[in-house]
Amino acid sequence: MKKRKQRVNSFMVNGLLLFLCLVWTVPTFGLLMTSFRDRDVVSKTGWWTVFTRPDQAELTLDNYEQVLSGKTITLVDSKGNQQTVKGDNLTRAFLNSLTVSIPAVVIPILIASFAAYGFAWMDFPGRKVFFILVVALLVVPLQISLIPLLRDYGRLELTGTFLAIWLAHTGFGLPLSVYLMYNYISQLPRSIIESAIIDGCSHFGVFWKLILPLSVPAIASLAIFQFLWVWNDLLVALVFIGSKPGVEVLTQRLLYLIGSRGQDWHLLCAGAFISMALPLMVFISLQRYFVRGLLAGSVKG
Amino acid sequence: MAGVRLEKIEKTYPNGFKAVHGIDLDIRDGEFMVLVGPSGCAKSTTLRMVAGLEEISGGKVLIGDRLVNDVEPKDRDIAMVFQNYALYPHMTVYKNMSWVLKLKKKPADEIDRRVRQAADILGLTDMLDRKPKQLSGGQMQRVAVGRAIVRSPKVFLFDEPLSNLDAKLRVQMRVEISRLHTKLKNTMIYVTHDQVEAMTMGDRICVMELGRIKQVDTPTNLYRYPANTFVAGFIGSPSMNIVSARLNFDGDTCYVDSQNLHLRIPDDIGKKVRQYDGKAIYFGIRPEHIHARETNPEAADNFFNMEVSVVENMGNEVYLYFTPGNSQYIARIDPDIPVRSGDSHEMWLDTNYIHLFDGETKENLIYKPKTQ
Repeated sequence: MKKRKQRVNSFMVNGLLLFLCLVWTVPTFGLLMTSFRDRDVVSKTGWWTVFTRPDQAELTLDNYEQVLSGKTITLVDSKGNQQTVKGDNLTRAFLNSLTVSIPAVVIPILIASFAAYGFAWMDFPGRKVFFILVVALLVVPLQISLIPLLRDYGRLELTGTFLAIWLAHTGFGLPLSVYLMYNYISQLPRSIIESAIIDGCSHFGVFWKLILPLSVPAIASLAIFQFLWVWNDLLVALVFIGSKPGVEVLTQRLLYLIGSRGQDWHLLCAGAFISMALPLMVFISLQRYFVRGLLAGSVKG
Repeated sequence: MAGVRLEKIEKTYPNGFKAVHGIDLDIRDGEFMVLVGPSGCAKSTTLRMVAGLEEISGGKVLIGDRLVNDVEPKDRDIAMVFQNYALYPHMTVYKNMSWVLKLKKKPADEIDRRVRQAADILGLTDMLDRKPKQLSGGQMQRVAVGRAIVRSPKVFLFDEPLSNLDAKLRVQMRVEISRLHTKLKNTMIYVTHDQVEAMTMGDRICVMELGRIKQVDTPTNLYRYPANTFVAGFIGSPSMNIVSARLNFDGDTCYVDSQNLHLRIPDDIGKKVRQYDGKAIYFGIRPEHIHARETNPEAADNFFNMEVSVVENMGNEVYLYFTPGNSQYIARIDPDIPVRSGDSHEMWLDTNYIHLFDGETKENLIYKPKTQ
């Protein structure tokens, strides 16, 4: 009797969870379906027709082809002749996004780890004050720093360069990164570090040989957050890169894909899916580090 | 190899708390010295000052004849084993043990030889390729000891290394560490809160309380001649019965009177405490010196008849608890003597083994312990 009740309960809980998951993925699924549909069809019917009337679905890969190889633009010249021209493709923007993201993830995490180790394990005057100062920066919204930063960048002639956006992302990401890394690193058992110091390790050695390998779970989760944030960022890119061709990142190109009057959102859907691919891969490949099993076996209790 | 000498060392924390109050301790070359005391007695702090992990606020620490106050931990020629093992979890056993030698830039063949030698001593040879998480608690602690051995330091420091192990393993490792000391003959300083570990392992024991040394002596001497009530109560299990009382002399015969007892003290002891006539004191008697009446029917005095409140049968011996008034006595008797809780039983105190302590200073009145 009791067993049966338990089974019914777990069935209901699992059913509810499944339902929520489905509801959650509906928009993404809609996006996916739309990305396979033709422009005319998109403007006439909703994506669910794929299921309700499969005979009219007319799925196509054209959108992806256009997005990847370059958008076709129809021009009417002065003599009234129609001309089709290929616009630039997403490949360049994809590479630019990578060029922006990788350093903008590595640099703040590296600096944050150094800082967190210092705050957690080194004795220096004003340690607490500095730490509070850094953490206090968490409440400063990045928007208020955009204009002053842009001005300074203008003076330093940094606007529109990768360095500008690396520095910006590093700055904006540091407070949270330092805070998270501090929480993790300060929880590492003191005796491991002391043991290494007795063994003759310098602070630098302790950091590279012990702290960094042991912090992989924290670094991985932080890397995922920071990567998603930088990859999906449009605001910071718009401000510091502007419309400089050749440097534009994926989010900026996606914005143009939709077309001046929003007529091309079948392309946007395809483009959005391409831009989602990398974050998904990053997430899936780093996910196993979320399991905090790495410290097991170091100390007891 | 070298001895360790502490001269008036003090530890004051930045918040003004004074943890160690000027300790003097002379640890001889090759000696196994145990620092023992309840938690908060600063035994670990003292050890950490020897290791160099804790700054020394005052006094001197000498290893061999070298003043090491300002020497980095790595240059003190010590090795430390921590309570929670402190193994490097991402390295194999072999790497855990070899790392220190690598840091010292020893040649590869020497590193390999020393690691294998240490592994051999500790029976870790089959586990060299494993990661710490694949080991049991006892094996982990053995790796931690191995990591200390490979350095072949002048002094081994142990900070409660067995506290995390279960009871059975603790006994086993205790023997192993003792055996190791016999084999290596290094100076070892061992911190524990467990008086059994202290008694069984130490060449000498340093009993500490609240940042001060209460007594330093061999296990036997600590047990037989405790310098004060603290040491008397701390060493021995079950601990010594210590009761406040008064000394009274009737002619040349000395008596100890407490709430429930009127004890006659042998004359040779009485002679030593003549000047305490009429004064408040503490008397102490170990549980094994309170016997059931049956064991000594001829005895003429020093009996008492009390209700047994609890009987604890250990198999080879039985503990009887008496709780007259607000005091408590524990007696250790032969398991063949039939006693049940709730019964009244006649007991006899062997006052040849009585300890008398000053009522104020709580120092031993009979034995003056040797100061080192």
